[in-house]
Amino acid sequence: MKTQVMSKPAERSRAVRTPGGLSVRLDVRAFTVVALLLVAALTASVVLIGTGDFPIPAGDVVRTLLGNGDAGQEFIVNELRLPRVLVGLLVGASLGLGGALFQSISRNPLGSPDVLGLSQGATAGALVVIVLFSGSATQVALGALVGGLVTGLAIYVLAWNRGVHGYRLVLVGIGVSAIATAVNGYLITKADLVDAARAVVWMTGSLNGRDWTQVRPLLLMCLILVPLVLANARGLRMMEMGDDVSYALGVRVESVRLLLMVSAVLLTAGATAAAGPVSFVALTAPQLARRLTRSPGPNLVPAMCMGATLLIVADWASQRAFGADQLPVGVVTGVLGGVYLLWLLVTERKAGRI
Amino acid sequence: MSRPAASASRPDTSASANENSDASANENNKRSTVNRLSAENVTLAYDQRVIAEQLSVEIPDNSFTVIVGPNACGKSTLLRALSRMLKPSQGRVLLDGQVIQSMPAKKVARTLGLLPQSSIAPDGITVGDLVGRGRYPHQGLLRQWSTEDERIVRESMESTGVAELADRYVDELSGGQRQRVWIAMALAQQTPLLLLDEPTTFLDIQHQIDVLDLCAELHEEQGRTLVAVLHDLNHAARYATHLIALRGGTVIAEGAPAEIVTAELVEEVFGLRCQVIDDPETGTPLVVPAARRARASAVDAEKPRETVSTEVS
Repeated sequence: MKTQVMSKPAERSRAVRTPGGLSVRLDVRAFTVVALLLVAALTASVVLIGTGDFPIPAGDVVRTLLGNGDAGQEFIVNELRLPRVLVGLLVGASLGLGGALFQSISRNPLGSPDVLGLSQGATAGALVVIVLFSGSATQVALGALVGGLVTGLAIYVLAWNRGVHGYRLVLVGIGVSAIATAVNGYLITKADLVDAARAVVWMTGSLNGRDWTQVRPLLLMCLILVPLVLANARGLRMMEMGDDVSYALGVRVESVRLLLMVSAVLLTAGATAAAGPVSFVALTAPQLARRLTRSPGPNLVPAMCMGATLLIVADWASQRAFGADQLPVGVVTGVLGGVYLLWLLVTERKAGRI
Repeated sequence: MSRPAASASRPDTSASANENSDASANENNKRSTVNRLSAENVTLAYDQRVIAEQLSVEIPDNSFTVIVGPNACGKSTLLRALSRMLKPSQGRVLLDGQVIQSMPAKKVARTLGLLPQSSIAPDGITVGDLVGRGRYPHQGLLRQWSTEDERIVRESMESTGVAELADRYVDELSGGQRQRVWIAMALAQQTPLLLLDEPTTFLDIQHQIDVLDLCAELHEEQGRTLVAVLHDLNHAARYATHLIALRGGTVIAEGAPAEIVTAELVEEVFGLRCQVIDDPETGTPLVVPAARRARASAVDAEKPRETVSTEVS
C-alpha cells in the first residue's frame, strides 16, 4: 500500500496516511528518542550479558543469542545471564510505564508509585511472607504482588472523592506509604537474624540470581497490560486537560482512569515482586523521557523504554564498579534517583510549582 | 445585532427522525420535545445538597441562549446537567430525543461541545496541538489525523483569530488569547450545539466583548446553537436571542431579552432596583442599577417602583 507523508501545521509531528483512510500520527522527536533508547537498552544488555566472572566479548554474546555459540557460552548466556537481563528490562519497562501512568493521572511528577507507597506496600507483603512464614522465593513474589494490590486499592478508596484528583492522591499516598514503612520496620525487628538479612537484601531491590521463572510471569503481564494501556493512551492525553474538558470530548473519564490505575498498580506490584522495590525508576524515567521528547502528553512509550534502559545501565554500573552480586541495583537507582529528586524539587520550586 | 423577533426558529427534525427509526419502543427514545436539547423535570444535586428541583428547560434550536441568575442559583449546575457532566437524580436530559447519559460518550461529543470553566493546558503544549485535541471524538486508534482533521483545525483557528499563534506555547499567551484558543478547540469538535460556562470570567472588558462577538458570529454565520452562562446581565441582554432567568433553581422567566427583561424581573431575580432602558448601541434592554440614595429612599417610602423607558434612537 502506498503511503503518503504530510506534515501538520505545528510541524513537530507527522501524519502517515494510507489511501484507505487510515492515519497514524507520529511525533518525530519522540520516535527518535524511543529508537535511541531501544538501541541503548539493547547495547547495554549485550554488554551486561558479557560482564561477570567469566567475561564474554560482545560479538560472542550476539552470536550465542542468535543460536550460534559454543555449548559453554550458551549455558552462561542463555541460562544464567539472559534471564537476569530480561527481568531487568521488563522490570524497568513496567516501572517506567507504571510511573508515567500515575504521574499523568495525578498530574504531578511526585505522583509516582515510590512516593505513593505502592513499593512500600509490596515490600510489606513480601516481608510478611519472609518473616512470618519463611516462604520460598515464589511465595515472597506472590506476597509482594498481593501487598502492592492491597495498597493500590487502599489508596484508591481513600483518595476517591467523586473522582481521584492530583494532590489528594499524592497526599493519601504519602500517608499510606508512611504506614507501610512503619509496618516494614516492625516486621524486621520481629524477624530472626537470617530472615532479617534476607528481608533487607530483598528490600534494596536486586536482579541477582533471577532466572526464567521470574521472566515468564513478568513477560505475560507486560504482554497483556502494555497493549491495554496503550489502547487507552489517547484518552489519558485528553485527561491532562482536566476532567471537564475530557468529558466534553467524549472520554469516559472514570472508567479509563480506573482501568489505567489498576494497570499501573499491577505493573508496579509485578515488577516489585520480581526484583524487589527498585527505587526511583518509576519516578525518574517518565520525567527524563519527557525532557528528552519535549512533548506534552503522558509519553508512555518513551517512559517505558527509558525505564528499561535506566535499570539495565544501573545494573551494569553496579556490577562493573563493585563486582557481580556485590551491590544490588536498587542502591544505584536509589542514589541516582535521590539526586534527580533533589534537582526536580529545586527546579519545580524555581518554576513556582511547589 | 438586531433585536430578535422570535426566540426560536423552527427546529430541524430530520436528524431525530433517523434516530427514531432504528429505536425500539424504548420509553427513553420517545420524543417529548421538538428541540434537540432539553431538560425534563430534573432534580440536580451534589451529594445531599439539592440545587434545583423539577426544573424543565428547553434550548431552542439555532438560538444563542444565555442563562442568567444570581450566584448559586444553579445556572452552572444546569449547564453541567445539559452537558451530561452531572447526572440528574431525577428527571432526564434529552439530546435528539434520547436520554443523554444512555448515549455513547463519543457520539454525544460529536453533537454537543462544552467549554468548561476550568481547564488545564498541559505543560509545553502549542496552540495548534491543543486545538487539534478537539478532534478527539472524530478520531480512532487507526484514524488519528486525517486531512479533514487538519483542515477543520486550521479553520477553527482562523475563525477565532488564533491561526498565527499556532506554533506558540499556550502558557505564554494572554488570558484573552487563551480563551480564544479553548474556544477554537471546542469549535474543532464540530458540534452543532456548543455550551459555554462563563466564557468571559477573568477577562478584561475588551476581551469579554471580543469573546461574545465571536460567539455571536458563530451563532449567526455558522448556525450553531449556543448556550452560555453569563454573569453580566447587560451582556446577556445584548447578545442572547433567548434568555433564561434562574433563581433558586427555578426558571423565573424565559424568552427574548426584549420581551422579558424588565425592572420587575431584575428585582425579582437579582433583588436589585434598577431602570431598564434601551441600549443606545443595539436597542436591546440595558439594566441601569438604581443609585444608592434612590434605593434607600425607595425602601423607606415603600414607593411603588417605576420602570422608566427612555427612547433613544
